[in-house]
Parts: sequence; C-alpha cells; structure tokens
Amino acid sequence: MKAMIVDDSGATRFILSKMMSELGYDVVQAKDGQDAFDKLGDNKDCTIALVDWNMPVMNGYDLVCKVRAENEYNDIKIMMVTTETEMTQVVKAIEAGANEYIMKPFTKEMILDKMKLLGVPFEE
Amino acid sequence: MNIQPKDFEFISELIRKESAIVLESGKEYLVESRLSPIASEEGFDSLEQLVTALRGNKKFGLKGKVVEALTTNETSFYRDIEPFEMMRTQLIPELLEMRKAEKALTVWCGAASTGQELYSLAMMIREHFPELLSWKLTILGTDLSKEVLDKAKEGKYSQVEINRGLPAQLLIKYFEKQGTEWQLKKDVRDMIEYRELNLIKPWIGVPQSDIVLLRNVLIYFDAEVKKEILGKVRRVLRPDGFLFLGAAETTLNLDENYARRTSGRGSCYTIKKD
Ligand SMILES: C[S@@+](CC[C@H](N)C(=O)[O-])C[C@H]1O[C@@H](n2cnc3c(N)ncnc32)[C@H](O)[C@@H]1O
Repeated sequence: MKAMIVDDSGATRFILSKMMSELGYDVVQAKDGQDAFDKLGDNKDCTIALVDWNMPVMNGYDLVCKVRAENEYNDIKIMMVTTETEMTQVVKAIEAGANEYIMKPFTKEMILDKMKLLGVPFEE
Repeated sequence: MNIQPKDFEFISELIRKESAIVLESGKEYLVESRLSPIASEEGFDSLEQLVTALRGNKKFGLKGKVVEALTTNETSFYRDIEPFEMMRTQLIPELLEMRKAEKALTVWCGAASTGQELYSLAMMIREHFPELLSWKLTILGTDLSKEVLDKAKEGKYSQVEINRGLPAQLLIKYFEKQGTEWQLKKDVRDMIEYRELNLIKPWIGVPQSDIVLLRNVLIYFDAEVKKEILGKVRRVLRPDGFLFLGAAETTLNLDENYARRTSGRGSCYTIKKD
C-alpha cells in the first residue's frame, strides 16, 4: 500500500509519514503540488494522497483539479489536510474532486476515522 | 488537589448509587482531575471540603454536578461505522418492509451523550431513506447528564469533533459554520428529542422501540446492573426490533434471551423467539 503526502512543511510531512507508515503504508513525500504531480507519474498505484492547501509553486487545490482532470488517477483517494476551515473552502475542494477533508490540527485517530469512511485499507 | 482514601470510597459509593458507574481503586487520578475544577468553582480549598459538603448534602445541585463530572462522554460521528452500515444496508430496509402498514418507526438511544450518534443516524435517514420523513418517525436520545444533553440539543460542534468520523459531504450538506464551530441545520436537529433519563431509575416515557442504541455505557456498570438493564431493554424493544451495544459489550453470560446477529464486522442483538 502506498500513500503520497503533500505538504510544504517538513515537520508535517514527517508526522503524517510516521502515522501512515504505522497504518501499513509506504510513503512518498512531496513538498508542493507540482512536486506531487511530477512524482505521481511513477506512483500511479498510490491508494491515497494527503494534500495540504497552501503551498508554494502549486497549491493543493490546483493539484486536486489537475489530478482529477486525468482519468488514470481516478482510483486515488484524495484527502485534504489543511488549515483552511471555511465552509466555502471545504465545498470548493470536494467539488474539485477531493474525497475527504481534515482541518488542522489533526490526530492519527482523525486520519484513521476518515480512512475507514473512504473504505481504504489499513493495518492496526 | 489530592483525594484521601476514605473520600475516594465515599465518592465511588455515591457514583455507584447515583449512576451505577463503577469507580475501582486506581481511578483516584480520574476523581482528582474531574472534581478539582468543581471544588474550586464552588469555593472549596480541597477535595476533602467538597466531600464534607456532599456528606452534609446541603449544597443544592452539588451531587448532580459531581456525578456528571465523573461520566465519560467520549463519542464521535459514525463511531465504529459498522453498526451504521448494518442499519443502512439491512436493518432499516427490513424495517421499512416490516412497518409499511403502520408507517411508524421508533429509535431510542439510552446514552446519547453530546448527540453525534443520533445525528449520524438522522443524516443517514435523510441521505438514504427520505421516505421515512413522511412516516411517524420518533428518535429519542436520553442520558444521565444534563450538560451533554444541552449540547446535543444545540447540535453545535468544535472543529476537533467535526474532524472525527463525519464525511465531508455531510458536513457540507447539513452543517452551518458559526464562528469557529459548526452547527447542524435545524431540520436535522428537529428530528430528535433529547431528555434526561438515568438508566438505573424508572424508565419513564421510553417508547416501544424498533431500534435501541445502548452503546458504550454498559461497560461502566457491574454485571448485576448490566443484567438488570438488558432485562429492561427487552420490555421496550419490540419483539422484532434490534439492539446495538458497543464494540466491547455483549449480552453473553448476562442475558440468554438475546440472539446475536452479525453482518461483516458489525453486530446487533434480537430477542430470541422462545
Ligand atoms: C461513552 S458515552 C457513549 C456515547 C455514545 N453512545 C457512543 O457510543 O458514542 C457514555 C454516556 O453514558 C452516560 N451514562 C453513564 N451512566 C449513565 C446512567 N446511569 N444513565 C444514563 N446515562 C448514563 C454518560 O453520561 C455518557 O454520556
């Protein structure tokens, strides 16, 4: 099982990577939307991508739009993990094709609850 | 603030009498952390003083406060997901068929806490079984603690609570942001009635129910109380209705009149037919 983690903060990438590997995932890290999109080509077998919103070069929302424009990534579940907490932003992300949404700060329990909702596999 | 052994004993006896919750020794830390704020609020310098006041039973409302403070109210939207999946895929479709003549459906949740459990069900009904909205649909949530019920009625949740188990699609559809909190829309709130009820006192006004939710509350009681409550549930659960307990709870070795029904990783109980 493979997960992509997209966040410009090294600390956040570190925490999320640790959580996801505890849940049985191999992790691919990306530091912005463009970096993630470039890496996705070699990682089409990702089960899930955890995506921050505000990042340099390409933000998470634009990444979601770009990924959802390509049919080959349809099976990848996208979960926003962001400090954006306005309803308008949640609506925007979901309409663009994100499958779930977590507002920072997050815990492993929250990530796991959402993964259960999405029906993606995990190890406990 | 520290608690003396004799005061701990008094508190655990009081809690057992008032709520059936068992506080074994080793839970002193819990009593200290939950009661110290109350002691300060009430102007006592120590837990000893608080206990003295309780013994004298002079301060109105103090006992209730102490009991409420020692309940554990942890809950979340779609907690454990499987019970909700079982209701969605099997039980509610079955009940729609079974009750189609009377067009009435009743759900009772006996440990409603802050409301996430029943609101999860209410949203599921709106999403998947809108025809039920034209039935006589009764959803009752009860709890011992007035404080959690006030919150349940308001249907307002923090970001942390929203992050736990609530699908984003439902957040968008059924909530409104209010400052830093999120409130369920009125039409969802209006589907549920919340009121106080102590499970170890007479069950006044509990309706005959098609589904009874009693999740994550028996776990705090001793075997005798569990038995008594499971026996009383049989009197309010309709003969063909369904009972849900928490993932760590069972009727096994407590009440042999229930049969377990499983579906995937979820399970519920029905009353055995002789
Ligand atoms: C852990 S919560 C369970 C909430 C929800 N059913 C769930 O599974 O997520 C337990 C609830 O039981 C309530 N409770 C404890 N003792 C009770 C009693 N004797 N009568 C009624 N409610 C009680 C507490 O106030 C608390 O809200």
